[in-house]
Amino acid sequence: MPDGTGTLNPLVEVRGLKMYFPITAGVFRKKVGDVKAVDDVSFTIYEGETLGLVGESGCGKSTCGRAVLRLYEPTAGSIRIAGTEIATAGFDSLRAMRPAMQMVFQDPQASLNPRMTVAGIIGEPLDEHTTLTRKEKLARIYELMDQVGLNRDFANRYPHEFSGGQRQRIGIARALALNPRFIVCDEPIAALDVSIQAQVVNLLEELQDRLGLTYLFISHDLSMVRHIADRVAVMYLGKIVELAPRESLYGSPQHPYTQALLSAVPEPDPMVEATRRRIIIGGDVPSPANPPKGCNFCTRCPKVMDICREIDPEFREIAPGRHVACHLVTQASQTAGQAAASEASGTTEIRIQQGE
Amino acid sequence: MTEPAAAPPRDESMARPPRNQWWDVWDQFRKHTGALVGATIFAVIVLGAFLGPLVWHADPQVVPTGRDFITLRDTRPIYVALWDEGAKVNWAHPLGTDNLGRDTLARMMSGGQISLLVGFTAMGLSILLGTLIGVLAGFFRPADGPLMRLTDLFLALPLLPLLLVSVLLFREPLANAFGPEGGVFILIVTLVGITSWMQTARIVRGEVLALKEREFVLAARSIGTPARRVVMRHVLPNVLSPIMVSATLGIATAIITESALSFLGFGFPPDFPTWGRLLFDSVDRMQLYPERVIWPGLAISLTVLSVNYIGDGLRDALDPRIRGR
Repeated sequence: MPDGTGTLNPLVEVRGLKMYFPITAGVFRKKVGDVKAVDDVSFTIYEGETLGLVGESGCGKSTCGRAVLRLYEPTAGSIRIAGTEIATAGFDSLRAMRPAMQMVFQDPQASLNPRMTVAGIIGEPLDEHTTLTRKEKLARIYELMDQVGLNRDFANRYPHEFSGGQRQRIGIARALALNPRFIVCDEPIAALDVSIQAQVVNLLEELQDRLGLTYLFISHDLSMVRHIADRVAVMYLGKIVELAPRESLYGSPQHPYTQALLSAVPEPDPMVEATRRRIIIGGDVPSPANPPKGCNFCTRCPKVMDICREIDPEFREIAPGRHVACHLVTQASQTAGQAAASEASGTTEIRIQQGE
Repeated sequence: MTEPAAAPPRDESMARPPRNQWWDVWDQFRKHTGALVGATIFAVIVLGAFLGPLVWHADPQVVPTGRDFITLRDTRPIYVALWDEGAKVNWAHPLGTDNLGRDTLARMMSGGQISLLVGFTAMGLSILLGTLIGVLAGFFRPADGPLMRLTDLFLALPLLPLLLVSVLLFREPLANAFGPEGGVFILIVTLVGITSWMQTARIVRGEVLALKEREFVLAARSIGTPARRVVMRHVLPNVLSPIMVSATLGIATAIITESALSFLGFGFPPDFPTWGRLLFDSVDRMQLYPERVIWPGLAISLTVLSVNYIGDGLRDALDPRIRGR
């Protein structure tokens, strides 16, 4: 498992990504503000790993995923995929980059053109980027259908004739058509029922093993992310509040928001479930058009301090591979660091990290 | 990339190669009774108008002279003899003649050619313009404002003065360039075409605006498909239904507008028959000679109705979700 120590090659490097949507008002469409859907987000995805991106609805997960593939024009920031800068690339160089990066969409019904056959849908990337003959193309389409577990006989059918899980397989086959290295999975299982979710996630994992794919897996299903992701990033109101390897994030969440989020995951064991203590955070998510001063979470944080309402906490690496943006943790780790330096004894924080 | 080793050897014949989807369209079209009846009636009308003159040699424009003018004018259709023994009928003119002694059947055929040509060309032009402007306005955000204001401008234009002025301005130069009939044909088709595209443009724009937010368009962009191919491959096929409806209605409008222009004296020359002209010429004496209104009226109505049914059937056949039901 990649531990963020830099032993693996970074495939996707996102630095300071900002995606603002302008708000206009009045007769003259004057710009009066911005919806800060993604606000200064940085992360790295190493080759062959899965980075889970979790957060509640409307926190900017999907926007972030789409901006990484330049389906939106980012307001600021740098996105490097396999060493190539794509945030500012022109149409042609971007088009040349497209085969390496693909996307699987949330709603398999909406992401397939209802007037195209399965063969047409899976073949579209091949039409765009290769010069295969008709026969070679058909062979490749059949190969892809085999890979995602679709019967070859379905090639002539239309999307409405399939179940949700099968449609998602079509979407995955389309994403695989050009042998991509990096796939953004934008809540690929949110629209499916639970038994089908497992099938699709297993398919994604199997394809990752076989083809060496790298995923950015966007989801709000924390258990599923725990299952599939190597590292997990938690987003709140357009910012990443915590980014850590899976086990340490689920084992000892540092950010109060992550703690609250994880406390909401139901336990399968009724005995444990009965004693599970939920952290209930009050209030609503503030509008991304008008985020609070200081830390974005300060309006709802159970452990809010005065400094949180004044200064936006820095997104900091508190231990190798563990990044948190919270004054609590930064202060604690600073004091802990000082304590460790002077007394050479571990605090709670450090013990947890060693216990990974 | 290799095949999964565990996969059992497949029977290649089991997987049918993708069939041309136009066969599916045809199969579905055949199941639509209304469309088939419509297509048959339409074929009869078109063949009658264009091939009929090969069988029926009467000249639609020649006015008989001398005594013939008296004996041949105002002949009733032969079926009138069934209930009116004193009616003036003549087997040489089965549908009768007009007040100048010209054969009605021949005038119906010759008028049909012009009316159908005008109807289809003007509809084609209007659909082309409407779809083009609608797609451009809907898909390309900066073009939206100017193009839709242009549409509003055309909608607000007083149509009749515009037609009259352009006929006055352009009839002569066009007639000199393309001959009297050709010039008027081009003029009328253009005028009808450029004054009837607005509804199509608005409908198409609305549909495109909704479609371009759909995820399959985003998926196409994530593949790197250029905008023009996204439009051709994903947007246009999905706005086909409203376009088809506009088109079938457009034919009716075009035929009727041409009639109205002819009636006002701004269309084809008076001795040049079209269905609309035949209708309007006979309105004064409609009560004495109802057949002169009934036949051209029936021809216009049947054409419009059959085209509507064909459009209906085509729309259903082109939609895979309806197909196969």
